[in-house]
Amino acid sequence: MIRLEARSSTPTWFNLALPVAAVFVTLVLCSGLIVLAGASVFSSYAIMATAAFGDLYSATETLVRAAPMIFTGLAVAVAFRAKFWNIGAEGQLLAGAVASCMVGGIAMPGALGMSAMAIAGAIAGGVAALVPALLRVKLKVDDVVSSLLLNSVIFFALMALIEGPWKDSLSGYPISPPIQDSAIFPVFIAGTRLHLGVLAALLMAPLIWFVISRTVLGFSIRVTGENPEAARYSGINIDRVLVLTALLSGGLAGLAGVCQVGGVHYQVMAEISPGYGYSGIVIAMLARLNPLGVVPAAIFLGAVMTGADAMSRATGVPAFLSEVIQGTALLSMLAALLFMNYRLRFQGRAA
Amino acid sequence: MSLPIIEMRAISKRFGALLANDNVSLSVAPGEILGLLGENGAGKTTLMNILFGVYISDGGSILIDGKPAQIHNSADALNHGIGMVHQHFHLAPRLTVIENLLVGTPGKNGQLDIAGAKAKLKNIERDFGLKLNPDTLVASLAVGEQQRLEIIKALFRDARLLILDEPTAVLAPPDVDGLFAALRAIAAKGLGIIFISHKLNEVRALTTRCVVLRHGRLAGEVPKPAAASARQIAELMCGHEIVPPSRPPANPGKPVLQLENISTSAHAGAGLKNVTLEVHAGEILGIAGVSGNGQKALADVISGLLNPKAGTLKINGQTVSDISPRQVQAMGLGRIPEDRLAAGLVSNMSLAHSIALPRIGQAPFSRQGLLQSGAIAEFAKDQIKEYGIQCQGPDVRTGTLSGGNLQKALLARELAFHPKVLIVSQPTRGLDVGATHFVYEKFLSLRASGCGLMVISEDLEELLTLSDRIAVLYEGEIVGLVKSENATVSRLGLLMNGAREQAA
Amino acid sequence: MNAVFEQIFQVGFLAAIIRIATPLAFATLGEMISERSGVLNLGIEGIMLLSAMTGFTAAYYSGNLWVGVIVAAATGALMAAVHAVFTVGLGLSQHVCGIGITLFCTGLAYFLFRLLFQDSSNPPTVTSFQSLAIPFLSSIPIIGQAVFNQFTLTYIAMIGVPVIAFALYRTPWGLNLRMAGENPHAADSAGVSVKAVRFQAVVLGGAFMGVAGAFLTMAQFNTFTFGVISGRGWIAIALVVFGRWDPLRCAGAALLFAFIDAFQLRLQTAGVGHVPYQVFLALPFVFTIIAMAVMSRNASAPPALLKAFRKEER
Repeated sequence: MIRLEARSSTPTWFNLALPVAAVFVTLVLCSGLIVLAGASVFSSYAIMATAAFGDLYSATETLVRAAPMIFTGLAVAVAFRAKFWNIGAEGQLLAGAVASCMVGGIAMPGALGMSAMAIAGAIAGGVAALVPALLRVKLKVDDVVSSLLLNSVIFFALMALIEGPWKDSLSGYPISPPIQDSAIFPVFIAGTRLHLGVLAALLMAPLIWFVISRTVLGFSIRVTGENPEAARYSGINIDRVLVLTALLSGGLAGLAGVCQVGGVHYQVMAEISPGYGYSGIVIAMLARLNPLGVVPAAIFLGAVMTGADAMSRATGVPAFLSEVIQGTALLSMLAALLFMNYRLRFQGRAA
Repeated sequence: MSLPIIEMRAISKRFGALLANDNVSLSVAPGEILGLLGENGAGKTTLMNILFGVYISDGGSILIDGKPAQIHNSADALNHGIGMVHQHFHLAPRLTVIENLLVGTPGKNGQLDIAGAKAKLKNIERDFGLKLNPDTLVASLAVGEQQRLEIIKALFRDARLLILDEPTAVLAPPDVDGLFAALRAIAAKGLGIIFISHKLNEVRALTTRCVVLRHGRLAGEVPKPAAASARQIAELMCGHEIVPPSRPPANPGKPVLQLENISTSAHAGAGLKNVTLEVHAGEILGIAGVSGNGQKALADVISGLLNPKAGTLKINGQTVSDISPRQVQAMGLGRIPEDRLAAGLVSNMSLAHSIALPRIGQAPFSRQGLLQSGAIAEFAKDQIKEYGIQCQGPDVRTGTLSGGNLQKALLARELAFHPKVLIVSQPTRGLDVGATHFVYEKFLSLRASGCGLMVISEDLEELLTLSDRIAVLYEGEIVGLVKSENATVSRLGLLMNGAREQAA
Repeated sequence: MNAVFEQIFQVGFLAAIIRIATPLAFATLGEMISERSGVLNLGIEGIMLLSAMTGFTAAYYSGNLWVGVIVAAATGALMAAVHAVFTVGLGLSQHVCGIGITLFCTGLAYFLFRLLFQDSSNPPTVTSFQSLAIPFLSSIPIIGQAVFNQFTLTYIAMIGVPVIAFALYRTPWGLNLRMAGENPHAADSAGVSVKAVRFQAVVLGGAFMGVAGAFLTMAQFNTFTFGVISGRGWIAIALVVFGRWDPLRCAGAALLFAFIDAFQLRLQTAGVGHVPYQVFLALPFVFTIIAMAVMSRNASAPPALLKAFRKEER
């Protein structure tokens, strides 16, 4: 009989080994689909890897993909730390994109315009996240469902804008007017899309790590998530902490939208996010809610997305494989977490 | 002697490094009420959980009516006629009495056999004098009635052996008499009973024989508990002589905690009704009462968690203007919560962070909103040393500590800041004799140093040992306030059931 | 405005409410059964999508719609079983696992559909279920015409509601299931295997979710599109709250929601003023959030919902 036995301590190397093992298991499981599609597993994964990291341009493309997901991953990690179940990063990203694009359309000097975009995007994302947080704090509405439903509401609002009053009159498509040229994020390496937002994302991770692990606010967020009763008893206002967490989380998700508008699309359209908000959940879990772990996890998913497109073109395996990999990775990681707190014990039945 | 209903032979059970049961044997004959005694962690609960199929023993055997039996889960146990009344009731408050009884029973023609169950309930009422209305929601039953339902549940499943785990912990003394009468009636019908308790007087009053466990082993048997002294049994339990803590005469100073006409809304039981109390420096005030009579509201008002509807709270002579945990703490109040891991410490965080938690926003634990890890660890190290907290160090996960060490950590974190007044709830619940002793000594030395203490406890012996005065809560009111030299268990018991007395 | 309302409240409108309510009722009942045993299934959105896809595909290749319904139910049960293994068997976070199931099922549905039907310019279709008029009853004016001229699956849902209510409140199976969600320790000490009961509830609930998906691709529509579920699973979760975890109330919640949805569809086609049509599309979601806010004050969630049951807690 196999039994789970609680661990009193977890070896440190597990922190790294578990996500790696989860990713490995995921790739093995998903290879079944590649076989089903009639392609060779090794060459398919090889094409994916090459497309993601094969040369400088590919690597920068992977980073460009990863940047918004670093923001959404951080957003989810912060929220889940407080057990604020923010599944609304997708909607908060869209809100941030709309707000930053509107601000970016105003003629301003470049640096000022970019800062204003970031601030507007973060505020919009934060406000969007405030809705489920306040509903939970004031009316005890389940935050999972309200934040999920809000994603659809925000998406329809975005569509109403870009098909209606905010539609770019020069375009035949439902698309917003572009931001000012001066507000477009500068690119670091000519010939690539490695823009300012990528750097901001890479710097944001250690900053959020510092906030979570080294400040009183971060401590309050962690205690509220781990044991709200003890937090309240110790004088922490847990409602206030939840609201602050929502603002921080939503603000980060909003920055993902800013990143897409200022660095990639320069305007807003329906496809501005291929589910980066949901990917944030996968990333945060792979990172075990550690902000520093969010970076490699987001780069992994960025590589999977970039790679899946290339693989699809080369082998005909549908690019949706990247979606399957995301779901499988989340489930594998969840199962792997079991080994953090438990070990397997093999034993015979008692006589 | 008739064949025992049940016999456990050489039972052993190991959890990792801990040998919870080591070669334990016991048996229960029909009509017998067997007391099972032992300190916390002696292995009583593990042994009974093996009998009820929650755990499977690593060695040994169980015989029922002389025949070997395999018990792998509670269904097996029930089929063998073993019923268990858990300390924490296993009931669904939102379902009715009859629904709670019918869970796990096969139906009739695929449907719940409600008519059959009601008839059976009538039989139980007739045979044992245990009565309940089948259609009442469990949520509306009083605690004593819920316990009756637990016993009826076992009888409903045709139990021939009843295991009761600390059944009197939740009851007021008069209800205890009722319980004992019912148990005697059950035994008189030829059923066997195992009565787990650490209240020696109850064991002496009720049981016909008792066995004592210590460190997972059988430490001895008391053939006639009524004839043995409580002290003899207690020493068998802990294996050494017991020296009760001495309480020198009180030397009360000025009031350090004053409640004036405080009323609250209902709060995990009764709310407070016009409560006026004073705790003086250098005195211990005990609060007695059956659980749910306003203790939680009292503790939470003083701890700053619950805002009263009316009345004034004064700490150290000053009115608390804004009742909040931060405010009462800043005014010199120390608090030790009832549930150590739920309300006090954070099991998934380091011990150092758990200890620093209530003052994390203040120097030296943080400056300008930044945590000072060095100061936090240093403080924890000092407390670990001073209080002899057994652990691997300040970074250990809080949840891995034992109950006694958790209580030491809580004491350390409050006492390091020299409170003027300390409020504690159920300070020794779940602690072994050694840890209990440590807590008592600490309280008495605090009292000697001029701190005022309010001790809320359901354990009357504990209150009589520690308190200078004892106030009794009943339905949110103070129904009596007695000097402890004038207090007896029976007098307190009457008050706990609502009899009124003039203040002492 | 009067003309608009006259246009709206007629037999066709009533029939549309019942049609729209059918998949929601299946999904809501499935989620309710699962939650009543103590397991939240956030995988519902993905399970419905994958089942809609597999059911449609099975019907497309077999030429038999009922084969499609059965395959969809089996798909739902299978995916719910995965959820049950993680949450009931291993005691992992119901929130995160449910999201994982939804992401996985969504990805798999897209992947397999694209693999099977590569030419996306010409979407495959099936001849969908035809409505079945019940003799006599369907000739009752207005009500009968609306209620008794529906798809067979709708009739199954109508019969299913009281059957589930009976099973839940009047049978040992239902009592054990409820007890697992009320107090799993009480169920366990009464000899009930909490894990087995919860596993059954989650899997059965998944089968209902699968049928809900099948209804969309084989009755309400006749093809599979990536947006076919479009949040109906999430709404079902909210409807369970709104229906206070009771089968009849849940069915009522589905009908009320369907009324709002049918109403907004009519408003859209009637073209009220210059309101963008997205406002109508968002209306059901906004309504659901408001409904949850109104209901949750006196929420009556099963006390053990979201709580894993581990027997050997040591």
